[in-house]
Amino acid sequence: MTYTSPVPVADGHFYEGSSLELIDLTMAYGDVEVLREVSVTVPPGTTTCIIGPSGSGKSTLLRGVNRLHEPKSGDVRLAGESVLTQKPDAVRKRIGLVFQHFNLFPDHTAEQNVALALRNVKGLSKAESMRIARERLAEVGLAERADHRPRDLSGGQQQRVAIARALAMEPEVMLFDEVTSALDPELVKGILNLMAGLAQRGMTMLVVTHEMGFARKVADQVVFMDEGRVVEAGKPADLFDRPQSPRLQRFLSEVL
Amino acid sequence: MDWLDNLIKTFLDFEAMWQVFPQLLGVGLVNTLIISIWATVIGIVLGMIVAIMGISPSRWLRIPARVYTDIFRGLPAILTILLIGQGFARFSQDLFGPSPYPLGILALSLIASAYMGEIFRAGIQSVDRGQLEACRALGMSYGKAMRLVVVPQGIRRVLPALVNQFIAIVKDSSLVYFLGLLVSERELFRVGQDAAVLTGNLSPLVMAGLFYLVITVPLTHLVNYFDNRFRTGRRKAAPPKSGLDEVEEQNPTPTLTYGENS
Repeated sequence: MTYTSPVPVADGHFYEGSSLELIDLTMAYGDVEVLREVSVTVPPGTTTCIIGPSGSGKSTLLRGVNRLHEPKSGDVRLAGESVLTQKPDAVRKRIGLVFQHFNLFPDHTAEQNVALALRNVKGLSKAESMRIARERLAEVGLAERADHRPRDLSGGQQQRVAIARALAMEPEVMLFDEVTSALDPELVKGILNLMAGLAQRGMTMLVVTHEMGFARKVADQVVFMDEGRVVEAGKPADLFDRPQSPRLQRFLSEVL
Repeated sequence: MDWLDNLIKTFLDFEAMWQVFPQLLGVGLVNTLIISIWATVIGIVLGMIVAIMGISPSRWLRIPARVYTDIFRGLPAILTILLIGQGFARFSQDLFGPSPYPLGILALSLIASAYMGEIFRAGIQSVDRGQLEACRALGMSYGKAMRLVVVPQGIRRVLPALVNQFIAIVKDSSLVYFLGLLVSERELFRVGQDAAVLTGNLSPLVMAGLFYLVITVPLTHLVNYFDNRFRTGRRKAAPPKSGLDEVEEQNPTPTLTYGENS
């Protein structure tokens, strides 16, 4: 499968992604540690895919990056600065997160979904936030659906609205949490194309995914996690074609 | 058929009913609605405060909300009304004059707010956690996320339960008569009861009952209507649409093949 950017790369919007570093990140729910001393470095403008079986701590890791769940120890650095010493809301403005189940606001139209945070977090005027919202929706191919509510959109369209909503905040890093897992199969590629386009246009991305084809072709780096630890990390070709650890070999034999 | 005549005379004496009708309409209904609407409005405000306190991360807000709810939901309405209506009569006298309405309304509001607090809390907590998470991930504060996204969704879900609560208040408003009402202050029940005592016949009370039903029955059906509408949505059935059509929506440009793009 090849990935086709929905926006021509030449005349698309370019991003200036920041670097993202996780340093010995440990996270816990109560006394149960679900992430143990995970270190991952994502250089600016590159894409890192995290793969691994369920329960390996992948989603928790993303929630640690923007402090939706507070890390227990270790550090997260955005553009070289620790996010743990800054206000969570200030950090989250700079980091976009897209969810598996979209989490769109059901009583808002697509346009209002995108505009809400522009208006209430960034403090833009109503007209300005609507203008940006329409622009972002057009970028994900939904210009004509700006007035639809989520329940009148397909899963793929909803996920594109969610991506537009995150992009509208002009994040320096985008986090994707299994964003195609809840979609019908024919709609998966559209979302992956969109993400590939972002990767090509300079966004820094940390992508938790079960789409091995995407990880292999689009990622600059793939990280395999199991039981809360990084088991193996490296170039996609190395991980997929020459897996070193037995756990990764076993995982790949199950999913490929 | 003496017994049938007796029954009709006791409950459905048209003459007696007709006589009390103007008073029920002009005094009783108006007063019942004044008490009920005020108690509902204040109850909604207090109930929302109790609900927000009840879901707060801080136990110093949660515990008082819990205790408040337990007390006013657990006591008989008549006991609360008498304790408040008579216990605070002197304060009320200074503030509002001799009418028992302010305290009666307050007591009904406190009772209603305990129920409404639980209704709101259930509604807000039934909103998917992902909604709050999505707001927080965009950099919104907890307060803004609740106010702009979570609470409005929660309220919409519990509208039917709120209408039920209003019906309960309408009925409970009759208890205010225990505080002693002037002639002009009588609500539906008291008007009916006075007339029943005067005529030695229950028909005026039956008439008052009909007035209650005129308020409550349409509301009950309104609730069902709301309930159906919120369950099924306003949505018209649309013909199924192929997911393949959507693929073209994104208008792919000439294929780009990605290798390692660094």
